[in-house]
Amino acid sequence: MLAWTIYISFLGAAALALLPPESRRAARITALLTALAGLALALGGAAQYEAHTPAGGLVDLVNMPWITELGINFHLGADGVSVTLVLLTGIAAVAGVLFSWNIERRTREFFALYLALIAGVYGVFLSFDLFLLFVFYEIAIIPKYFLIAVWGSTRREYGAMKLALYSLAGSAMVLVGLIAAYVVSGAHSFDLVVLAKQSYPVAFQHWAFLLVFVGFAVLAGLWPFHTWAPTGHVAAPTAASMLLAGVVMKLGAYGALRVAMTLFPEGLRFWQNGIALLAVIGIVYGGSVALVQRDLKFVIGYSSVSHMGFVLLGLMTLTQIGLSGAVLQMFSHGIIAGLLFAVVGRMIYDRTHTRELSELQPMNLSVLAPFAAVTFVIAGAASMGLPGFSGFIAELQVLAGAWGVFPRLTILAGVGVVVGIAFMVRIWIKAFFAENEAKGAAVQIEPITVAEKAGAYLLLGTTVLIGLWPGLLLNLITPTLRSPLFQPLWKGGPP
Amino acid sequence: MSLSLEWMIPLVPEEIVIVTALAALVVDFGMVRRKTPALRAAAVGGTACLGCVAAMIWLALGPEAKGAEMLALTPLTQFLKMALLAMTVVVAVLSFGARFTRHLGEYFALLLIATAGMMLLISSENLLMIFIALEMLSLPLYVLTAFNKTSAASAEGALKYFLFGSVAAAFTLFGISLLYGMTGDLQLGSLAEKIAEKLKTPPLEPVYYAGLVMTLAGFAFKVAAAPFHFWAPDVYEGAPAPIACFIASGSKVASFFVLARIIVEGFGPMHGSAGWEGFEAGWMPVLAVLAVVSMVAGNIAALVQSSVKRLLAYSAIAHAGYALLAFFGNPRQMLPALFFYVITYALTVLGAFAVVAVVENNGGRDRLGDWAGLGRRSPLLAGCMFVFMLSLAGIPPLAGFFGKFYVFTAALGGTTAGGKPDLAMLWLVIIAVAASAISLYYYLQVLKQIYTAEVPADSKPFCPPYAALLSIALLAGLVIALGCAPGWLLGKLPFVLNSTAIRL
Repeated sequence: MLAWTIYISFLGAAALALLPPESRRAARITALLTALAGLALALGGAAQYEAHTPAGGLVDLVNMPWITELGINFHLGADGVSVTLVLLTGIAAVAGVLFSWNIERRTREFFALYLALIAGVYGVFLSFDLFLLFVFYEIAIIPKYFLIAVWGSTRREYGAMKLALYSLAGSAMVLVGLIAAYVVSGAHSFDLVVLAKQSYPVAFQHWAFLLVFVGFAVLAGLWPFHTWAPTGHVAAPTAASMLLAGVVMKLGAYGALRVAMTLFPEGLRFWQNGIALLAVIGIVYGGSVALVQRDLKFVIGYSSVSHMGFVLLGLMTLTQIGLSGAVLQMFSHGIIAGLLFAVVGRMIYDRTHTRELSELQPMNLSVLAPFAAVTFVIAGAASMGLPGFSGFIAELQVLAGAWGVFPRLTILAGVGVVVGIAFMVRIWIKAFFAENEAKGAAVQIEPITVAEKAGAYLLLGTTVLIGLWPGLLLNLITPTLRSPLFQPLWKGGPP
Repeated sequence: MSLSLEWMIPLVPEEIVIVTALAALVVDFGMVRRKTPALRAAAVGGTACLGCVAAMIWLALGPEAKGAEMLALTPLTQFLKMALLAMTVVVAVLSFGARFTRHLGEYFALLLIATAGMMLLISSENLLMIFIALEMLSLPLYVLTAFNKTSAASAEGALKYFLFGSVAAAFTLFGISLLYGMTGDLQLGSLAEKIAEKLKTPPLEPVYYAGLVMTLAGFAFKVAAAPFHFWAPDVYEGAPAPIACFIASGSKVASFFVLARIIVEGFGPMHGSAGWEGFEAGWMPVLAVLAVVSMVAGNIAALVQSSVKRLLAYSAIAHAGYALLAFFGNPRQMLPALFFYVITYALTVLGAFAVVAVVENNGGRDRLGDWAGLGRRSPLLAGCMFVFMLSLAGIPPLAGFFGKFYVFTAALGGTTAGGKPDLAMLWLVIIAVAASAISLYYYLQVLKQIYTAEVPADSKPFCPPYAALLSIALLAGLVIALGCAPGWLLGKLPFVLNSTAIRL
């Protein structure tokens, strides 16, 4: 059932490409139905997985020979980590369609590219053959470029090209590492399960791990390779920013965990401290830069760098609690960042045509657009990591895991949390609850639409649900981290 | 010396093509001279296409041919000849709408003679035969490049092509004569045996290496590998678009094939090494240098081009560099990787140039700005260009991606010392992958014009001819299909390679 999330998204994209160009309404409805079907399949697949698979097991969805000359299989599968991220993709996809209901220009093409991107993302999360994973990973690059270059705003062509080149440079590093692993293993297979069983020379692991991990982590916003993220997010149209922050950055983190870390555990231990340091720098740096931004979207863009730092830090702890926190943080940040971008891009920018804090200040958005203000405050609280939201349990786990391994860095990361609170409060005050000095500037804006409200409720509901009942996802994630595929991470037997 | 005509049988396909070339002249001079240009083009071009199709049918269904001493006829060569003939058909179809010349009979006759040259080149087993076939391919191409008499760029391109080509041919000939002087042999197979014999008592005389390098220089020119590439941008830009198609696709496939044949069959033993820590004299370091210079120079120069044809020319130089990587693979993988790469590249670039030709015929020039808004003016054409550009950039699931992937895999898995791969060519693969990542920038520049730039206000409605549109769409379909299911072609290639004359 899960595999159909990929196919149905591609089918939806193809169907949209065949629609007559001027049928905007039909395009929107097709896109929404496809995204909903994807979410339904993801939920159904998750339920099926939980009911029928022993905890943490890997279930094969499809596994058939594809290119026998190189031992490449069309191998789709799922374990708890994949299922979690597929769910995230399903939710983010539906919300993204709802928040782009107002796209009037080249609507059909917009949604076709959007669904192609979603299909690629589903594909990465479900691939258990490295060649296939790489194919899906690259398929996602081109739609991103066009979504930003055609429908974007500030410096869109620059942002789009920068994102495309960073992505491709990252995947070039990954490609070299993958082929080298294939050659060195001598197993004549690109299957992850097969490759993970091979042992690689330690010296080889040192550089191969670095190459593959950094290649993936470029997309996860690893400092200092994060600079595509703020410009890309700012340039992108709302739905694309939501997807970029919501799921595309997770592609990087997922690849780093799934491929780099499990294939090259010795390399991982060698570079563990260095990468943890970069992750913490990302947390603090991203937060500090967000604190001084004037453009609302830049604030959220840099905050994403900061929050993704927690994911990378969690991965580097190599403790079970840290890792499960990292995976949960991927999910949580996907939901919350999506919501923040939706409020800023769709609810505010599309109506006021500005994202400058100084221009928003006199408008007093809490009066002008109360729904947007309330949503943003709740989303901001979730982003700070307040208890009751998904971010709390995720960041707490990461910090708890990190404390035993890198105490000093953990303190720094704690400072990052405080900075995170600071920049969010600053926005609340400046953009939403400023004293309305210039009364003459009372602007009228159109009311929030039903589609936006539905999207906001969906995302808010998810973050609260996971915040109150993290077991829903942790029951998927934690046993999976103990499964044979992740064994190489744990020195000396399972945790 | 018998009077029987049996010696002609192995060459029937080539003969069909040559006879058709003469027939094209007859049709033009004798039958349709006074008709409208469109009718003449259709009649003469149709004759040319018919001849190619007849040759393909003979190759597919005719009696199995046996090679002679100088001529290798194997399933692989027959398959490649069919592929080349199909490419010639596409070029001929594209020429129907061309308005650059009134001398249609000569145009198609020369095209067919060049095709016959390619077919002969593929079959040649003997250095002298190879040289003759190479000239038979090159001379018509020089003339065809200059065929647009109203354009100075066409004459300039042809002159550069001719000068570079003749110098390169002179080098090749000199190289061959050196090798002949040392071994007394021109047959590829026995040449390799004699070199292997000499290698048993090293060191090899330097003359061998001089002969090797000089011979390779001629082929490096032919495949447009840097630093022998200077003709390419001018020829691609100046030549009539269908001829640029032909030079970029068919001529390139044939040249790469014969390069592979010379290197593997003739120079196999003197391979040397191009590993990071162990350069040894031989053809490997020569090709490594060619590959690096081509990839770097081609990609960097392409970044700043504003003409689509020049951009494709520099990209062709870069792609010649990627293809050369296949030579470092292990024997089991190098030929399938090389041929898959070159054939899919030829299909892709044929399609891309065909789009250029159609756009030009419809009044546009080939400046990047003239492509603005093509996505709205002709969605099908733009969609095909989208496929070709991304395939060249190496984005999955298109053929270009798998081609690169296979070549890189082959190159890394190449050097096996004691059964364990030692990643000796890693440095080269890293350069190639990095260069390939850069290349996305300029391919996206083209697509950006097509899709994101606004349609210019004064643009005319776009009505591409159906025949051209159909062949372009077919090529795009092939590029997608070969990307999704490369096994189809690969499954064919090792099969035909096993029975080929290439010895490893």
